[in-house]
Amino acid sequence: MNNKGILKKITGNHLFFPLVCLLVVLLINVIKTPDFFSISINNGVLYGYIIDVINRGSELVILALGMTLVTAASGGQDISVGAVMAVAGAICCQILSGGETSVSELQNPMLIAMLAALVVAGLCGAFNGFLVAKLHIQPMVATLILYTAGRGIAQLITKGQITYVRVESYQVLGGYIPGIPIPTPIFVAIAAIVVIALLFKFTTLGLYIESVGINSNASRLVGLNSTKIKFIAYIICGLLAGAAGLVSSSRIYSADANNIGLNLEMDAILAVALGGNLLSGGKFSLAGSVIGAYTIQALTTTLYAMNVSADQLPVYKAIVVIVIVTLQSEVFRSFVKRMKIKNTKAANTVLPNKGV
Amino acid sequence: MGKKKTFSNTTFLLLITIALFIIMYVAGMIIFADKGFSKPQMFCNLLIDNAGLIVISLGLTIVMITGGIDISVGSVTALVCMASAYLMEMKGANVYMALICSLGIGLAFGIVQGFLVSYMKIQPFIVTLAGMFFGRGMTAVISTEMISIKNKTFLAWAQYKIELPIGTVSKKGNFLPAYIYPTVIVALIILILVFIMLRYTKFGRSLYAIGGNAQSAMMMGLNVNRTKFIAYVMSGFLAGLGGFLFCLNTGAGFVEQAKGLEMDAISASVIGGTMLTGGVGNPIGTLFGVLIKGTINSLITTQGTLSSWWVRIALSALLLFFIVLQSLFTSRKRKS
Amino acid sequence: MQETVLTMHGICKSFPGVKALDHVDFALQQGEIHALMGENGAGKSTLIKVLTGVYTIDSGEIQIQDQAIVNRSPQEAQDNGISTVYQEISLCPNLTVAENLFLGREPRKLGMIDWKTMNKKAGELLGSLNISVSPVQQLDDCSIAVQQMIAIARAVDMQCKVLILDEPTSSLDDEEVEKLFKLMKHLKEQAVGIIFVTHFLDQVYEVCDRITVLRNGELVGEYLVSELPRVQLVAKMMGKEFDDLADIKSDADKGKTQEAEPFIAAEKLGCTGKVKPFNVNLFKGEVVGLTGLLGSGRSELVRTIYGADKPDSGTLKIDGKETKINAPIDAMKKGMAYLPEDRKNDGIIADLSVRENIIIALQAKRGLTKPMSRKEMEEFADQYIELLQVKTASRETPIKSLSGGNQQKVVIGRWLLTNPEYLILDEPTRGIDVGTKTEIQKLVLKLAKEGMSVTFISSEIEEMLRTCSRMIVMRDGQKVGELDADELTQDTIMHTIAGGESGHE
Repeated sequence: MNNKGILKKITGNHLFFPLVCLLVVLLINVIKTPDFFSISINNGVLYGYIIDVINRGSELVILALGMTLVTAASGGQDISVGAVMAVAGAICCQILSGGETSVSELQNPMLIAMLAALVVAGLCGAFNGFLVAKLHIQPMVATLILYTAGRGIAQLITKGQITYVRVESYQVLGGYIPGIPIPTPIFVAIAAIVVIALLFKFTTLGLYIESVGINSNASRLVGLNSTKIKFIAYIICGLLAGAAGLVSSSRIYSADANNIGLNLEMDAILAVALGGNLLSGGKFSLAGSVIGAYTIQALTTTLYAMNVSADQLPVYKAIVVIVIVTLQSEVFRSFVKRMKIKNTKAANTVLPNKGV
Repeated sequence: MGKKKTFSNTTFLLLITIALFIIMYVAGMIIFADKGFSKPQMFCNLLIDNAGLIVISLGLTIVMITGGIDISVGSVTALVCMASAYLMEMKGANVYMALICSLGIGLAFGIVQGFLVSYMKIQPFIVTLAGMFFGRGMTAVISTEMISIKNKTFLAWAQYKIELPIGTVSKKGNFLPAYIYPTVIVALIILILVFIMLRYTKFGRSLYAIGGNAQSAMMMGLNVNRTKFIAYVMSGFLAGLGGFLFCLNTGAGFVEQAKGLEMDAISASVIGGTMLTGGVGNPIGTLFGVLIKGTINSLITTQGTLSSWWVRIALSALLLFFIVLQSLFTSRKRKS
Repeated sequence: MQETVLTMHGICKSFPGVKALDHVDFALQQGEIHALMGENGAGKSTLIKVLTGVYTIDSGEIQIQDQAIVNRSPQEAQDNGISTVYQEISLCPNLTVAENLFLGREPRKLGMIDWKTMNKKAGELLGSLNISVSPVQQLDDCSIAVQQMIAIARAVDMQCKVLILDEPTSSLDDEEVEKLFKLMKHLKEQAVGIIFVTHFLDQVYEVCDRITVLRNGELVGEYLVSELPRVQLVAKMMGKEFDDLADIKSDADKGKTQEAEPFIAAEKLGCTGKVKPFNVNLFKGEVVGLTGLLGSGRSELVRTIYGADKPDSGTLKIDGKETKINAPIDAMKKGMAYLPEDRKNDGIIADLSVRENIIIALQAKRGLTKPMSRKEMEEFADQYIELLQVKTASRETPIKSLSGGNQQKVVIGRWLLTNPEYLILDEPTRGIDVGTKTEIQKLVLKLAKEGMSVTFISSEIEEMLRTCSRMIVMRDGQKVGELDADELTQDTIMHTIAGGESGHE
């Protein structure tokens, strides 16, 4: 294969775009903060900007996995994921505290609390899935309901307070496993990726989701049940949001209904788009979304380094989303095609009689 | 086939909404009579507190009739409040400047979002979601601290009492008239204008046509892209105006302001009979949708012990109810 | 005296790679109903789009009442007096009847829409055309037939000289069709020239004065209805010369081993709006052909058996047992396979690879929890790429990159992989080169010999004669006849399709 062929193969790969974006952001980070990549160990625990990015990006990675499936299957997004995170955190902490505002001992087994939280998160996903798959309501409209009501429900669960669980064992999930220098959330993110990967290995869900997202008609005629598949996608998204919520809650060993997962839905959508996935559904790449998630997290770090406050971040992210979505739009792509045809026509007329 | 309905869907849904409002308000009057719920001022306060929301919701209704949506209106409101506060307090501008700036911000959002949706054919939800984040972020860029407005003219506009012929009689036998503020007048004028536009102008009817079937509308000679674009510009303008009215009511600008306002506006429209799928919508219904939201708010505030989050939850539940109702209507139509 | 209201002369229109119209002439008289007919790729819809301003012509001339016109846009066409009513109702369902009639040109008073005048005018217009519906009724509360008529009323009110009706009767029942015809005859009296695009033979003979037949972008001819027997019309549409009928009988050995019991027995099975209730028995080891003109209900019949369109009347027995098919997966589990006619929308899953497109049906049969291994998928894919000679860069190429014919082969391979007992092929050789066409025909015969029951639908009669041992004939949405081996000649087939003369029911 000649050089041109290799170049085409690389740029044509679907992971090219997300990797380039990641590299660009990392580059900007290194320029701004020369010791961006340096890692050190203090008190038996890893430190460093890059560690921070990977650590804090864990929830986003988990969310992005679910968002990818929902986008692929239904051509729309689930904007309730942040709120579902808050609900999951609220349920877990409330069970662990046995109803108190602040405890220093677990009032109930941690496993039960976490499982309950995941179940409820899954139910939220099922709720969304029902509206979208069965009632054919637009995904963003359907999930708008939990987006609004979710945090209110979380508040009610914690009785309007922030419930604190000041117990060391609860902080492990969002902090460190004793004796291991790598922050636990990183492991949780890896675990989520592994679980989904296994799910796709031992079932045909990945293929079905793509098929339904690409052509619902043809999928039906080959025997697929698009209602069931979309429903499953939303449940998985809910469960993953629940897991992310538990990690977030463990980080701050509390349930802050107002702040857990705040604005993360936008980041998750961005991650999916940056991962090279079409927001209108169809073929998807989980790897792309994971790369996209870390890119967003690194971008956030960059912006912080440039003294952009947390409240101002959304401006930049909004612009990035608009740019990507415009580039993905049909109108833009056919415009580019027409320009290409014009250029090749011009090129061809310039070189006459090139010989056969 | 479907001829059995004696009056259309729209009227039916509108009647449900109005009935719902009356039931809620009367219930409030009965349950909380001792806390002043039955006083005429209560109703006037309902209008005062929601004048901005009425205007914003009307803008949203216009866009939803064409089958689109705009979830950036809450952020636009916050941005308008913050910008106005900043201009008047930090830059010494006068009220008129602030008003023009607010309208300008609204228009800018409307033009950009309208272009992306109508001409670039990008999904309205994504565009306006980005708009929402952009607006919210820009609010923080202007200032992360709260700015209270002390501009005299502004406060005069905000608090100028317009007395009404109805009122209550105090213990001493004095007649205390109920009052409203100019913001309410503005909101009602906008309501009348929007009503006339939707019902009696070619442009208004073309909004419905496009929402009903954009392909057919195009084949019947309507310029779909341009009409949709103008709808978003209108919505943006009304969001700017409504935001300014909102500012007159709150008297300050801060980052967390009007969070969730877009939900209120969408809920008000949907509860008022606007179909999410487009083609159906009624400004009168939207007004009652806003009043319902306001009543829920008042009921819960007057009750005192329930958390304010219940308002959001109740509203979401109502929204859910109406969305499901609408989807049942559409699927029954599709079957017949 | 009838005046010519529309003349089209020497119309040519080409698209990249295909000549859609090649020197086509067309003439329409005032006050006549003129049918425009043709099979797939005839150029009917292109001719209409040229008239309505959707396309511009490459060469040729269009004249309205002896005045040359150019249609650059739908608006211009309308201004020139050409109105069109499309098959898909192009009105707004959420607006009232009156609004739909006057959308874009509402009567106004003081700058605002005058509802009272509009409703009154609407009532007058509807009354003058004998359409009994209230002007203030919401459009989607009206039946489809009435909606059609309202669309026509709108067109007529705009002072059109030429009214084009594009397949207006496809979704109407017999009673509604009669209402529509009454309206059309009324318009005739008002000197409107009507172009009636349709594939319903009976309707053409009931209400039309003249017929123009197109085939492969060329004009076959213009005929008076009274002077063209049905069989000749069918022959002209299919490109056959009726006189020079060679008795093209089947040459291949079709060794029909018909068992006593049918594998598939459909009794009064029907799907409202798509195909009228039919009785059909299909046996193992035979190839049954479904023939008829485009739109006669061939595809709809098999789709109803397969469950692609859910039947709402009658019963289906598979292997003697009554079965309810709620969705295609049920049919698949019972051993059925269906190759759809519309490859692009119903067949290929565009962004998925060739491999994935091949295995998807078999995978769906196996279920969610039993994924095939990569190796298995690759083997299956290679097997059918080889068997059907699919031209593809690799098995991972997205199917949308393949040519139409190769895409078709992949979809055929998909269904063969499921090892069906009953295989439905709807236009399997469309877009495929001659060499492969023959391969597929031979394959079909081989499968039947091995015991499969096959239903073969094609627009090419020779193809079916070579493969089928029996033919079911469709016309206008219902089954009108069945022909056995000895009756299988081109002659009898076309007679049965045409109906109205000889041919047994």
